[in-house]
Amino acid sequence: MDLALTTYLIVGATFVLYIGIAIWAKAGSTGEFYVAGKGVHPIANGMATAADWMSAASFISMAGLIAFLGYDASVYLMGWTGGYVLLALLLAPYLRKFGKFTVPEFIGDRFYSKTARVIAVIALIVASITYVIGQMKGIGVAFSRFLETSYEVGLFIGMAIVFFYAVIGGMKGITYTQIAQYCVMIFAYTIPAIFISLAITGNPAPQLGLGGTVADGQYLLNTLDNILVDLGFSQYTAMKGTTLNMFFLTMSLMIGTAGLPHVIVRFFTVPRVRDARLSAGWTLIFIAILYTTAPAVGAMSFYNLINTVQPGEIGAEDGNLAYENVPGWFSRWEETGLLAWDDKNDDGRIQYYNADNPAFEPTAESYGWQGNELTVDRDIMVMANPEIAQLPNWVIALTVAGGLAAALSTAAGLLMAISSSISHDLIKGVINPKIGEKSELLAARIAMGVAVLVAGYLGLNPPGFAAQVVALAFGLAASSLFPVLMLGIFNRRMNSAGAIAGMLSGLTFTLIYVFIFKGWFFIPGTNMLPDTPENWLFGIGPQSIGAIGALINVIVAALVSRATAPPPKEIQELVESIRVPRSA
Amino acid sequence: MASNQEQAAMAYWKENVRLLITLLIIWFVVSYGLGIILAPLLNNIMIAGYPLGFWFAQQGAIYTFIVLIFVYVFRMNALDRKYDVYEK
Repeated sequence: MDLALTTYLIVGATFVLYIGIAIWAKAGSTGEFYVAGKGVHPIANGMATAADWMSAASFISMAGLIAFLGYDASVYLMGWTGGYVLLALLLAPYLRKFGKFTVPEFIGDRFYSKTARVIAVIALIVASITYVIGQMKGIGVAFSRFLETSYEVGLFIGMAIVFFYAVIGGMKGITYTQIAQYCVMIFAYTIPAIFISLAITGNPAPQLGLGGTVADGQYLLNTLDNILVDLGFSQYTAMKGTTLNMFFLTMSLMIGTAGLPHVIVRFFTVPRVRDARLSAGWTLIFIAILYTTAPAVGAMSFYNLINTVQPGEIGAEDGNLAYENVPGWFSRWEETGLLAWDDKNDDGRIQYYNADNPAFEPTAESYGWQGNELTVDRDIMVMANPEIAQLPNWVIALTVAGGLAAALSTAAGLLMAISSSISHDLIKGVINPKIGEKSELLAARIAMGVAVLVAGYLGLNPPGFAAQVVALAFGLAASSLFPVLMLGIFNRRMNSAGAIAGMLSGLTFTLIYVFIFKGWFFIPGTNMLPDTPENWLFGIGPQSIGAIGALINVIVAALVSRATAPPPKEIQELVESIRVPRSA
Repeated sequence: MASNQEQAAMAYWKENVRLLITLLIIWFVVSYGLGIILAPLLNNIMIAGYPLGFWFAQQGAIYTFIVLIFVYVFRMNALDRKYDVYEK
């Protein structure tokens, strides 16, 4: 069967599955719509949270990022998993005990302040919208690249699917579709990974294969280190950035992960406090299956690519692949523009090396190389993998379905967080507290519908700064939401003045630092300093500043709360009660 | 009676916080210590085909995070039972 037809069938089958689940999981109350009736099994919630968390970027781009950054990509691997330890130990069980519907709701109640609640809603909406744009783009790109539709048509189909199950089922529908989406995406990711690991190292487990040996008996990682150095790059396993920036970037990603509302709210859906703890553990297991496989996929497909274009001795004339002999997948990906060759020295052979390394220039010249001739988009490391490993068409089709599942599941989770903060925190919490259950459910559905349309519009007309803003989402969550949530639980004395001052100062500091390097409100050309390591404060980049913002938030909150009156007695009792799973 | 309850709640919270601190120290040492600060040094040691610092940063830290959460789950369940706050 030809690839296009197989892909249509498999992607179509997954979509039918998602719609079927949506019809089965219709939400009948606000409790079901916002938190799936608090009846989700901890393992099921773990799977749903994993799908919620792992976005199109995790699925499609991360392995390629690891391939080209080597060791330095560890910040993403550790940052996006280590946050779950913070979430499990410091937030999830207590917020579950609090037992309401949204993250801003906790902030509003704990700090007895509508202002605090509204600030939390703003931080939530900015962080989530920026994320959703990326998912919408992912859906459009996956469709246009593999299903031979236009980007717009792909986006409309994706929007229609999300609209259907999110508006009908709310959190309940989203949870059960996310479980299905997790299964699709983890099969799609691991099957090609197992085959490529077998082909290169003879070990079916990618996690072990990465430490395995290649055909000549040398360790894969040693071999990669050596080839890369011979081509003018740094060693794969060596640190290239500064320790300090890696430290703060990892910290910002971890705190940001723990502070992202669409993830936190998933722990509101389990029946008991101890389920929230357990569920965080399961979530991390399900995430780790992909996150410990990704480094192997990155290293192995990179090794494969280099070996393909540099099959012989480096520097020898016939060491480089002649263009007329490129394998089928190479030509196929050239057509998409994600792989491009430019014969700079007119020798008909492909040279891939680090042309930006002045120290390597004389060597390259002595080889007769006149510039790097191969440009590789990092996304193909995952998407081309099944073809490189010569797997059947259905595996390639499954990879497409997996990428779409990753994008759809994350988009739905984010839209859920946005719409519930509008209907529950703004409409019921601030504008019209007397709204009835039925009207609120309707409002929640309308908010969801509008959120899907807005996300779709932004996906069709992505603001130029979308890529920059994703980094900001973590910074915002880290510097505004996480610290006050934690202080609200662990510091009984924390009051509303402290929390508001803390959130605003953390947020302002982080925004200003990012704007200085990325431009005011991301308008190109308005940045005050070039975004290079020499200009960064102590060498800490704008992506890494969230951790400092969080620290400022904590310090300001502590100082202001000490200087002002303690919270009322009933608030202190609320803190006591969320610290204990069951009142004796 | 009420003060007994309050004391029990305080003791429960103290044990909880002590457990958190222990686990977070391990969390910090493994990821930031072994995976970042000491990684260049540890990379001189090869174990199972991996330079050790690289292994911690791309594999070991993640496995450790999972173990930490499950240790927390089991210890907290025991603590909940000890202080009779375990949910039915």
